[in-house]
Amino acid sequence: MDETKEKFFKGGGFLIEDLQAEDVITPEDFTDEHWMIAKTTEDFVIGEVLPKVDNLENHEFDHSVKLLKQAGELGLLGADVPEEYGGLGLDKISSSLITEKLSRAGGFSVSHGAHVGIGSLPIVFFGNEAQKQKYLPQLATGEKLAAYALTEPGSGSDALGAKTTAKLNEAGTHYILNGEKQWITNSAFADVFVVYAKIDGDKFTAFIVERDFPGLSTGPEEKKMGIKSSSTRTLILEDVEVPVENVLGEIGRGHVIAFNILNVGRYKLAIGGVGGSKLGIELAVKYTNQRRQFNTPISSFSLTKEKLATMAANTYANESAVYRTVGLFEQSLGNLSQDALNDGKEVAKVIAEYQIECSLNKVFCTELLDYVADEAVQLHGGYGFMQEYEVERMYRDSRINRIFEGTNEINRMLVPGSLLKKAMKGELPLLQKAQSLQEELMMMMPEEVGTETLEQEKYLLKNAKKIGLVAAGLAAQKYGQKLENEQELLVNIADIVGEIYNMESAILRTEKAINKNGLEKNKQKILYTEVYVQEAFNRVEANAKETLIASESGDTLRMMLSALRKLTRHDPTNVIAKKREIAASIIEEEKYIV
Amino acid sequence: MNIYVLMKKTFDTEEKIAVNNGKIEDDGAEFIINPYDEYAMEEAIKQREEHGGEVTVVTVGNEDSEKQLRTALAMGADKAVLINIEEDVEETDQFTTVKILEAFFDDKDVDLILAGNVAIDQASGQVGPRLAERLNIPYVTTITDLQIKGETVEIERDVEGDIEKVETTLPLLVTCQQGLNEPRYPSLPGIMKAKKKPLEELELDDLDLEEEDVEPKTKTIDVFLPPEKEAGRVLEGELDDQVKELVSLLNKESKVI
Repeated sequence: MDETKEKFFKGGGFLIEDLQAEDVITPEDFTDEHWMIAKTTEDFVIGEVLPKVDNLENHEFDHSVKLLKQAGELGLLGADVPEEYGGLGLDKISSSLITEKLSRAGGFSVSHGAHVGIGSLPIVFFGNEAQKQKYLPQLATGEKLAAYALTEPGSGSDALGAKTTAKLNEAGTHYILNGEKQWITNSAFADVFVVYAKIDGDKFTAFIVERDFPGLSTGPEEKKMGIKSSSTRTLILEDVEVPVENVLGEIGRGHVIAFNILNVGRYKLAIGGVGGSKLGIELAVKYTNQRRQFNTPISSFSLTKEKLATMAANTYANESAVYRTVGLFEQSLGNLSQDALNDGKEVAKVIAEYQIECSLNKVFCTELLDYVADEAVQLHGGYGFMQEYEVERMYRDSRINRIFEGTNEINRMLVPGSLLKKAMKGELPLLQKAQSLQEELMMMMPEEVGTETLEQEKYLLKNAKKIGLVAAGLAAQKYGQKLENEQELLVNIADIVGEIYNMESAILRTEKAINKNGLEKNKQKILYTEVYVQEAFNRVEANAKETLIASESGDTLRMMLSALRKLTRHDPTNVIAKKREIAASIIEEEKYIV
Repeated sequence: MNIYVLMKKTFDTEEKIAVNNGKIEDDGAEFIINPYDEYAMEEAIKQREEHGGEVTVVTVGNEDSEKQLRTALAMGADKAVLINIEEDVEETDQFTTVKILEAFFDDKDVDLILAGNVAIDQASGQVGPRLAERLNIPYVTTITDLQIKGETVEIERDVEGDIEKVETTLPLLVTCQQGLNEPRYPSLPGIMKAKKKPLEELELDDLDLEEEDVEPKTKTIDVFLPPEKEAGRVLEGELDDQVKELVSLLNKESKVI
């Protein structure tokens, strides 16, 4: 990081600001150290974890523990823990690359993620000095392993509805915890659990609970559809005595920890989704290059190419968007002093600023992962249905990503809500923008679009932002406070906003790369961007139209639709031709390339 | 102990080889540390852990070789030396490399030099032994075990699958075979430390060499890819007929009998 202050970007600000390519961080900016960290992680997964997949899938968790400790020796558990507490205190790009490369390990990556993310980070962010000194050094090396216990049988998305209770004993030395926590990752072997319980029935509070506190036990291993390599059990708390010094954060403010940790969990799942998507492409292209039917490798059929190119163009947009978010963290963390960086609360605050981006990344990346896994199986034909093929496990493993860390439905609905809140608080001038836009639309004349590289894409992006404001503005105007009951509209708006973030991230990344080393070396990036932006714009149009029709009627609707038509007028890109070009390079290189 | 590792960067094993105008295309190719040199690296670190001293990794290459040197530093080497010949030398062969290394080692106090058994690209296996000859020190190739006891060195080497036990003395050059050890992954702390470790860059001039001094002694006439493997054929019919057809094909088509 430079000595100078980094530019600060507001969370959600992308909707109204016009950014320059140099404002975003892209994978092309990563350093040699970043790539070495990625390579060590990848080599560890391929050399150590994959040979043990059968054992892991059979719930032989002594292997999980051994591998996690080995990962700890390599430093793969300490990236997000400050050096002061025995970690490495690396930047968020490094820890993200670890997450991306570990994703290939399927259920084991969930064990890793639960330990380093939701298990350890509550203490990194919200632990007091004594708690950090006591727990973090051992968690950073893997000497002790962590788990996170929030969900209960009756409370999933409604986390605050938890029934687990905590009661101070008469001596005032311990809280007595009672209740059941469900689907706890790493519960077979974790030594430390971050557990949420309500003190006196209403004060939602986090506790650090050690495995050997009397009264703590786990239920039987769950039988899951996928990520079988990870341990998932019920955590049973029967009169567990937790010392008062193990209260994490403030009493009654457990929700602050829970929501902050969710943000982290979300962007990390998004990064895992990008890693998984790349793997899916690689598995699919390798197989279709080698599989011959009618005396032809099936990768030479144009429908195969279409599938490979669609996977890759979307992966490019997601990768650009999620590392842009990580870059936003870095840019903001660069403004913090060392003391603030060691005080995890400040770090959590920075991440929370970008909760909209985290939610959008989670939704888009996990859904693409599911799509890629599904198409990769499809391209394997019957073989993809057989367990000998890695793609079979990938298909089962991918499904959970749309469910945990907030279902994608919940995450979508959070986006318009958070935007509206930011607008109301005056943090984002969304309403002003929407108003001035309405006037602009009345006068709008068709615009001449240039034919230089990315000009059309930038034009579509500019108009997508306007469409987003029109649709969101109209829905907000029409339903006001009751908008939260119109879940279909919320989801449409979230999708439009997400497409805008992805489109813009792809465009800016490609532009930055072109600025650096010219058009010739960035052909693939340009093709990805052209295809993604065209297809995303079509989806934006469809979502906007549906939203307008549901919100207005009669003449007003007709007027709005006519404005939408003006905003969507453009010369469409021939995506079929471009996808064939994209696929040619992937088939040649046998992997996702940029 | 002064330990040196000779390292070469080679194409990643997953890279596809393309030949253009009698040359292998390396534009945009991914490079790795020659896998046999990784055994040498690992052994060097282990010997240092046991006997103390310093590990220096040396490569003759170009600017891009810095990446592999940093990886070696991240694995645990103390210092790295890049002899950058990109500007000075067009054609090279094993003689070139040995001549350069000889000049480099001229003023060095050496106890142990480790190299890979072969490089996976050209696989000549010559640089190590020829360098030892020039430095006038003993050498043992394809080693699978190395025990240093004072000045005496006990070695096991792989001889076409059999083991040969050899005793020799320091200073010594060895080339390392698969089975010697399991190379470690560069750890994250190692990677972060590698940034700050010294990496010295030398050119021919610094070694008092002229371009003529290192001119290759061999000339590469042509480089070509092996013919593409054709699909197999399954013979059908009565067994006797199949045998006759096979003999006739081996005789007339592939002309091996």
